Amino acid sequence: MARKESVQIMKANCWMGKKKVQVEEVPDPKILNSHDAIVKISSTAICGSDLHLYNGFVPTMERGDVLGHEFMGEVVEVGRGVRNLKVGDRVVVPFPIACGACGACEAGMFSVCENSNPNAWIAEKLLGHSPAGIFGYSHMLGGFAGGQAEYARVPFADVGPLKVPEDLTDDQVLFLSDIFPTGYMGAEMCDIQRGDIVAVWGAGPVGQFAIASAYMLGAERVIAIDRFQYRLDMARDRAGASDIINYEQMNVQDALLELTGGRGPDKCIDAVGMEAHGHGVTYAYDRAKQAMMLETDRPIALREAILACRSGGVVSVIGVYGGFIDKFPMGAVMNRSLTIRAGQCHVHRYMRPLLERIQNGEIDPSFVITHRLPLDQAAKGFDMFVNKEDNCEKVVLST
Amino acid sequence: MTAATEQARRYDVPTGQRRFSSYPDYPTYNRRSSDQPIHGIESNVERRARGLGWFSIGLGLAQIGAPRTVARFIGIDDDEETRNTMFAIGLREITSGIGILSSRRPTSWVWSRVGGDLMDLALLGKAMNTRSNDRNRVGAATAAVAGVAILDFMTGQQLSQEGNGSSQQTGEAFQQKGAQTGGAVHVTESLTIRRPRHEVYGFWHNFENLPRFMAHLESVQVLDNRRSRWKAKAPAGATVEWEAETIEDRPNELIAWRSLPDASIPNSGSVRFKDAPGNRGTEVQVELRYDPPGGKIGALIAKLFGEEPQQQVKGDLRRFKQVMETGEIVHSDASIHRGMHPAQPPEDLSDVELLGTAREHAVQ
Repeated sequence: MARKESVQIMKANCWMGKKKVQVEEVPDPKILNSHDAIVKISSTAICGSDLHLYNGFVPTMERGDVLGHEFMGEVVEVGRGVRNLKVGDRVVVPFPIACGACGACEAGMFSVCENSNPNAWIAEKLLGHSPAGIFGYSHMLGGFAGGQAEYARVPFADVGPLKVPEDLTDDQVLFLSDIFPTGYMGAEMCDIQRGDIVAVWGAGPVGQFAIASAYMLGAERVIAIDRFQYRLDMARDRAGASDIINYEQMNVQDALLELTGGRGPDKCIDAVGMEAHGHGVTYAYDRAKQAMMLETDRPIALREAILACRSGGVVSVIGVYGGFIDKFPMGAVMNRSLTIRAGQCHVHRYMRPLLERIQNGEIDPSFVITHRLPLDQAAKGFDMFVNKEDNCEKVVLST
Repeated sequence: MTAATEQARRYDVPTGQRRFSSYPDYPTYNRRSSDQPIHGIESNVERRARGLGWFSIGLGLAQIGAPRTVARFIGIDDDEETRNTMFAIGLREITSGIGILSSRRPTSWVWSRVGGDLMDLALLGKAMNTRSNDRNRVGAATAAVAGVAILDFMTGQQLSQEGNGSSQQTGEAFQQKGAQTGGAVHVTESLTIRRPRHEVYGFWHNFENLPRFMAHLESVQVLDNRRSRWKAKAPAGATVEWEAETIEDRPNELIAWRSLPDASIPNSGSVRFKDAPGNRGTEVQVELRYDPPGGKIGALIAKLFGEEPQQQVKGDLRRFKQVMETGEIVHSDASIHRGMHPAQPPEDLSDVELLGTAREHAVQ
């Protein structure tokens, strides 16, 4: 077995409580299972879903948890069960951890792997059954140290990591770890047909990739909805949205009806999730209920997407929800024959085809990056991202 | 169909059906006598138990969602430690609440509330002695908890009595074959493993493999083709040893065992193997039955320390699945420690608990 250079202590960005992250010195990761690899991280990113942890909306976080699930780097050590990787390989690591051997993995549903969450019993209490373990994303989802660090242990390294060619930069391939496949799956779940108009709630990084992917899959037009003009501008200028709606300036339902000849969008993508913002009474209602823990998630974007979607259409949910929502418009779903599809992205099945699209020049995912910081300044990155300072869209940390 | 199966069909929620009636060829064992609902109609006591369940959830949510407000309300300093304690208690309350409301056996969950009350009273007693806390408020909170504790205790007792009144001892195999039933803990868990039946059966059939995935087993030594010697970890660092005999062994179908008469903790178990539909592998169903040391109180105390039998067996089965499907038990940075631990790489592999083969891989 190969040995990595003997670094005993590494820097890692740790969750230290609500709205507090800090780069700490923690022990180097070690091989714990024979299918593990240790990756020396070159680039790692802050994900919008990390903000749910940051804002304290995801239960079962412990002070000191190493964050981060979007990372890539160089393999420096492999367990004896890993045959497909060797020391020195440059890899991108998918955020869900999947064993490749269970029924879910066999069916290509990697993000609901039946074996990769050692804390499955906690998740079962909240979710009924357990999904896969995820790097740096609460104890309910495994208690795995994350990748906002100098090194990470990658379990099932013979299943997840994708070797990437040297001629592509980190910036071009890093987002294969999560947000590009997540946005793509959001569009794929829409089952886009010729002439379809797709509306995307949220022009964060995942929303941007959902927009771009919807076009790849044949959408006629794509409408982006957000409240930050700079994000909408990026959606129009870089991801290619045909229309944008700033919900602070206009009524979303009216605008969508106008843009779709009164039909409503054929397919709707919720790329917002549990911490949606909105207006008026329902927003205040959800904030209050969430603050009192009477609902865990604020489903404002989801409700709006369901009500807006044309009858018989599809609502695709890729924004993260953690628990329970309130005032869910089930009547609209049932009476108007809507289909809801959802899921944490099964990243493993999209990495290779999407890498090919990057190599073919169909897309350069680095367009979402607005800020680059050293790992040391992770706290500053979180602060900028959560407050949308300096038109922050995506922060990449380098080690 | 036996009377027990009949009853399971009529009164149980679907999980009960899964455990009993969908496997009609399995021997049916009566579950814990105190857990039987008496009639289809909810009694006053059960209604009160449900009330306590909702109370638990409400209180737990408040403690997790607004720890500061709760701390102020009961007159305790709002510092990091308080918040952590509050979070833990909140989780416990929610667990009890969900347990009471969703369980086929609210009785034991109501008893878990009694245990929780005692813990809270102890914590409040400690808080009383801390100068900076508001003693009037702490006193009021203590009185309130004591009141609730009495209600919990009464409800627990009545539920237990109702259960005893209606108990039907119809279990066939194990009772006749001598395993204890009174006050015994009985657990059934199922899981599907994506491997062929003969392979799954074959691995289990060698009892010496069991400690690889059963967290509480230290070792099993096969003495001859019937008898084996088991050594297990008990709560609070003790170990127990006993000899067991295989009482039934149908290749690729069933293995059943029970402890020999002189065991300090009489226990028995069985595991069944069945093809899952659509080539999904093998359905494995485990039943365990044992008399916990210290009877019901012992079981309750064990539960307070996180040794919930149902969960243990589910955890063991999950690790069994991991071993069968992936070759080893899957570890995370947090799961290798006992209790909650930040998800950070371990400093030293010698102080962590790696079950199964992983330790051997890890230290090579």
